Amino acid sequence: MAYRTVAGSQTYAFADLKDLMAKATPLRSGDMLAGVAAATAEENVAARMCLADVPLRTFLNEALVPYEEDEVTRLIIDSHDALAFRTLSHMTVGDFRDFLLSGSATSEVLATIAPGVTPEMAAAVSKLMRNQDLIAVAKKCRVVTRFRNTIGLPGTMAVRLQPNHPTDDPAGVTASILDGLLYGCGDAVIGINPASDSVPVLSELLKLIDGIIQRFDIPTQACVLTHVTTSTEVINRGVPVDLVFQSVAGTQKANASFGIDLATLREGREAALSLNRGTLGDNVMYFETGQGSALSANAHYGVDQQTLEARAYAVCRPFKPLLVNTVVGFIGPEYLYDGKQIIRAGLEDHFCGKLMGVPLGCDVCYTNHAEADQDDMDTLMTLLGAAGVTYIMGIPGSDDVMLNYQSTSFHDQLYLREVLGLKRAPEFEAWLQRMGITEPDGRLKTQRGSHPLLAAAPELAA
Amino acid sequence: MSEPAGEGDLTADSVSEAPASEGAAIEGAAIEGAVIEDSWRRLAGVTPARIALGRAGTGMPTREVLRFALAHAQARDAVHLPFESARMAGDIAALGFETLELTSAAPARDAYLRRPDLGRRLSEESRALLEARAGAPVDVALVVADGLSSTAIHAQAVPFLTAFKARIAEAGWSVGPVCVASQARVALGDEVGERLKASACVVLIGERPGLSSPDSLGLYLTFAPRAGRSDAERNCISNVRGEGLSHELAAFKLAWLLKEALARQLTGVSLKDESDLLLVGGRPPTARIGERDQSVTRRSFPAG
Repeated sequence: MAYRTVAGSQTYAFADLKDLMAKATPLRSGDMLAGVAAATAEENVAARMCLADVPLRTFLNEALVPYEEDEVTRLIIDSHDALAFRTLSHMTVGDFRDFLLSGSATSEVLATIAPGVTPEMAAAVSKLMRNQDLIAVAKKCRVVTRFRNTIGLPGTMAVRLQPNHPTDDPAGVTASILDGLLYGCGDAVIGINPASDSVPVLSELLKLIDGIIQRFDIPTQACVLTHVTTSTEVINRGVPVDLVFQSVAGTQKANASFGIDLATLREGREAALSLNRGTLGDNVMYFETGQGSALSANAHYGVDQQTLEARAYAVCRPFKPLLVNTVVGFIGPEYLYDGKQIIRAGLEDHFCGKLMGVPLGCDVCYTNHAEADQDDMDTLMTLLGAAGVTYIMGIPGSDDVMLNYQSTSFHDQLYLREVLGLKRAPEFEAWLQRMGITEPDGRLKTQRGSHPLLAAAPELAA
Repeated sequence: MSEPAGEGDLTADSVSEAPASEGAAIEGAAIEGAVIEDSWRRLAGVTPARIALGRAGTGMPTREVLRFALAHAQARDAVHLPFESARMAGDIAALGFETLELTSAAPARDAYLRRPDLGRRLSEESRALLEARAGAPVDVALVVADGLSSTAIHAQAVPFLTAFKARIAEAGWSVGPVCVASQARVALGDEVGERLKASACVVLIGERPGLSSPDSLGLYLTFAPRAGRSDAERNCISNVRGEGLSHELAAFKLAWLLKEALARQLTGVSLKDESDLLLVGGRPPTARIGERDQSVTRRSFPAG
């Protein structure tokens, strides 16, 4: 079905819903690369005006990616909660924005409607929202998950401790973990991106992190971010696995380029659940996403990258993940060109995820060929902190020496806690105090002499 | 700026009006305690990660902020410094190679970064240049591409080619002109190799610069290069630089892969680098010009 609108002195026509969605998207390099972006600034606004009048029900009848060809579309349509959608069923996209910003959309109401919100609806309304709207509404959404601690409570922000090392050297990885813990990081997960994909190396890393968690009784979880089928294999060999990781995207074809489908994810989750290692809850999955992944796999169906990203959260949702994060600036300037585009995308992703009931965190990051720097990251992390982001990354000095990109540092989370008053997951906060790492107010204690945690690195003590 | 001592001292005036001696004492005390060093600094010796940096309040100490800024500046420069194509061509010619200067279809850096597809195609002029030059088929075409780090090419291309030239002589391969390509991505080599009628193409390219590695060279080998090859059909040797893989070892590994590729008529996921088995004490055997080593090429591999 075609869409038309008059803006200024011109009539604009849009071939179909996905054309309208793409042209309504705030400008970014990935949509230009795909050839789906609006040609002019006026066309972009015309598309938004037109989109504002589209009834939300349209998204249940007009699939952007064909139902017959794509299991993600089938998942979205077949599992749609009509009861949860009832409140929204009479609204247009524009009405939806007004409703979300209104006092009627309380945290409780937003939690109730979440299963009725499809990713296309979330993406559509986000295209009509300014950055402050994305922050204000996301802030009201509550998504709480549990494994060995409680993540996502109001007023908290967790941190993934990311102790990557270029050769997976155990002493080097241990050093980064201890540094991170002593800076009060690690409540989301202690999660490493391994350089290797060999099962013996991955098994050793899992045992290493699990050893530290067990020895000091840390209320957190471990993860080695490797392919879901590799995690399943490692579990079958009796290695301790807390969380099963996988990168996911918004179309079946893009997921196939990652070597997965929904069935593979189900198997991974069942394998993790079979170990029954969570003490407070059974959220055992950890997913990563990022705008542009479908286009880079040539699996985008002419749909804009932000809508496809929201569809990735629909892939995550049924697997009840502990953590999902958008690795927002990692993919490069051909998808998100500069700080402005990265900041916008980070806020959109966080908003869409939260609106859909997914525990969204953000890898606030950039590569050296993007037009971005630490100041842009400071801006994005501060905005996300205000928006109630579930978690961010903690990387020594912002410099990931294995993946060659810059993310948020151990220091950055301290800054956010200081200026925004954000606490850690309560169980982890209590542990830090018990260990003498933080003061009762959550601030770091000045360490003099050797801390007991450093005993985890005996070979370093000599 | 030091922090005001208390609620009553919030205005600049009240600070400046304080007696000189007292003001100096406050300042001295504030500076002394400003940076909290981490008591676990010795851990930093076991990882290149930036750990135990210490802190000023919740922030990084000034020295660390500046150290980081310098590394980022170097990485940024690596991406944006103009590629000295003519100088590189001259230096490579001095090694005894014939050279050609080519450009991709990306007219400038900005277009190159936004449109990866343009960096994978030749400009019309370069296409004509190659057409005019194409002669008899060769074993291997060599492309020196700026990629995402001209710094890497400026620093690594000549020493690497010096090492690789000995391997070429040892194996007796015929090579086409070394094509020095500006605003180029890896896949540009597919079209170059095809037009030069090369059995295989080697692309030397500046890798995406990391904060601690702005000058890292990547080597991509593609058998039967032609436009439309996928990355799964290539072999890659990464991190060629002073602190990473040495030029000698990289040249040895590439020669091993090239021999295998020519013998088995393929590159990509089904060609695994097993050159490490031939290293002696972690070092490659010396190139022996004139003695062709057939043992490697004749090794049998499992099917698949």
